[in-house]
Order: sequence, then C-alpha cells, then structure tokens
Amino acid sequence: MCTVCGCSEGETRIDEQEHTHGHHHDHVHPHDHAHTHDQLHDYGQGPAHAHAPGMSQSRMVQIEQDILSKNNGYAASNRHWFAEHGILALNLVSSPGSGKTTLLGRTIDDLKAEMRLSVIEGDQQTAHDAERIRATGVSALQINTGKGCHLDAHMIGHALDSLQPEQNSVLFIENVGNLVCPAAFDLGEAHKVAILSVTEGEDKPLKYPDMFHAADLMLLNKIDLLPHLQFDVDQCIDYARRVNPRIKVLQVSATSGEGMTNWYQWLKTTQQLLLIGD
Amino acid sequence: MHEMSLCEGVMQVLKDQAHEQGYSRVEAVWLEIGELANVEIESMRFCFDVVTQGTLAEQAKLEIIEVPGQAWCMQCGKTVALKQRFDACPECSSYQLQVTGGEQMMIKELEVN
Repeated sequence: MCTVCGCSEGETRIDEQEHTHGHHHDHVHPHDHAHTHDQLHDYGQGPAHAHAPGMSQSRMVQIEQDILSKNNGYAASNRHWFAEHGILALNLVSSPGSGKTTLLGRTIDDLKAEMRLSVIEGDQQTAHDAERIRATGVSALQINTGKGCHLDAHMIGHALDSLQPEQNSVLFIENVGNLVCPAAFDLGEAHKVAILSVTEGEDKPLKYPDMFHAADLMLLNKIDLLPHLQFDVDQCIDYARRVNPRIKVLQVSATSGEGMTNWYQWLKTTQQLLLIGD
Repeated sequence: MHEMSLCEGVMQVLKDQAHEQGYSRVEAVWLEIGELANVEIESMRFCFDVVTQGTLAEQAKLEIIEVPGQAWCMQCGKTVALKQRFDACPECSSYQLQVTGGEQMMIKELEVN
C-alpha cells in the first residue's frame, strides 16, 4: 500500500472479458506477513559460539540487486512470452486526457482488417475504456489498479493468461494516465509510446523527463486543434529531443485522421522488424 | 516518484535473501541511488520506516549512497556530469547526451545477524 502515490497491489482488479455479466474477479495478491518475531536475541548462540552476551555478531551481506528486480523479473518473462508468440507489445503512456483511447479506437478501426490486435486497458477505476475498445470488435481486457498509479509486469502477466493474445498480433497496453510512475515499470513491452496532445503545454517533455526519456516514439496528438491554440510544435519536439535525442516524433490527429498513416506505417514496420527477428 | 513501491521492492529482496543467506534480522541497508533515478531520498527514508515496521528489518538503518549523473556528449566526445535529464552539455551546450551513469537503484549490501 502506498501512502504517497497510492500504489497498491491488493486493490488490483482484472476484468475478464468472458464475464459479460460484469462480475469483477478479485485478484488479491497476498502479501506474506508471516513474520516470526523471535524475541530471544541470544548473541551467544551464533556460529562462533562466542559467549559474549550483548556483543553483536552482525555480518555484512553483499547483495547488488536492482530494487525493481521483482518487477523486472516478471517483465523478462512477459518479454519472453511475447517473443515466443511473435507478439509486438506496446506500452502507451500519457497524461489523462491526451486522447489515448480515441487514438487507439481509430487505429483499431483502420487496421483490424489487416492486422490482429488486442488491448489491455489500465485505469484506476471503471471498465469504460475496455468497453469502448470491445465496441470496435477486438478483444480487450481491463485492469483496474485500484489505488495504484501504474501497471506493473505482474498484472500484465495475469492479464495475458486471461486475454490470450493471438500469435503474431499487436498488443496495445494502455497504461494509467500518469507521466511519472509508469516510466520506471517495465512491462516487457517492445517500445513505450508516449502520447502528448497539443492542448497540453509544449514543455511537458521537460516537466516529465523520465517518461519521454523512456519512450521510443512520441505521438503528438490533436494537431487538428493547432489553429486554435498557441502551441509551438518545433519547440515541443526540441524539448523532447533534449531529454531523449533518439525519440521519434509523429504528428497525428485521431479525430481528423491527419498523420495517422505515418503511425500505421510505424506499427507495420516495427512489427515486420520483430517478425524477422530484429 | 513512487518511493513506497520501491521500498516494498527493497523489503521483498530482504525477505527473499533471509532464506538464502540465513539471517533473521537486518540491522542496516545500503542503497545506491543515482541522481537521475528520479527518487526522492527523503521520501525513501520515510517510506522505508513505514514498510519495515513489524518485519525483520524493523528499525534498520538506511544508508543511501548517492551516485552522480553522468553522460557522454556526442558532440564534444567527453564524459560530463549531468544533474538533470534536460540539462545541456556543460562543455559545449549540446543536448545530444547519452546518459552513462546515475540511473541506478540498487541494494548494495546489508548488515544482518
């Protein structure tokens, strides 16, 4: 349980798509609290049998382990599973309201005839987004993180068991709308795709540098609104490149369709590179 | 950013290692935190005290080794210090920097008994 950002494993819910009556399957991840409190601190019973009560026999243990090693372990097994099944997994990250779900809906409508697609939706609450995606005809699964602020690789592993994405398909993982925490949690995806809309500030890449540093592609969304806004596109791209010189940027509008073919081309090319074993 | 999750990650390692390394108490934990790891050290200390309560690491001392950020500048070919991801190269003002150090969040060593 997280009192700072509210991260909590215990409140995660995964909505299983076969449960059409709206039943939520509660995935309570048990925290093992079986701590034995041995009140007897007998310093004379250590390996050296040095009977010197009160003298500490503490020793140093070298660990050298990444703090996120547990998550990274789950991410590695997800990645292995994706590779075995030829699945391109993309982790879509953005702030709330950037138009992720609309962009995804349009992408699915335009590509579902030629590509096999599925979606994992992450939100703090409600199954609204998964319902929106299912309305397009592709399979979608909702994860509600409860108090949590990001998806982690463990949740994705469970979601894959239920969703069972098809061989050689593209899996979109729509992360919780949050530009901070999801940057650090690898889900096993091939790429993080950051979506930034022009109704936000152009300096978002500087304000949330870790996310734009972790992303391989930035989709600058809602460009149909540019005539009504004071948003400096070049400045925004320059800021994104300051935190990540390798980031690719595509300008799109999920509503008008402008620039979407470039995004589709990126998806197809990336999938092909994956299938030939890049 | 999410120091409570990170501390839970540390706690998980401490519990796992207790079986492997055969200890029942953790007296001190040394963490290595990079300047670019986006971790609030003070928040980390607060969260560490909270998550260790009632565990084998209750009251354990938390020692944090801060590692400076470092990058390789593609323009001038030098290794330079980097305080924040969006900073320019202090030598040539270029933003073409490849981060080479200061991103880690590691558990280095433990004092146990």
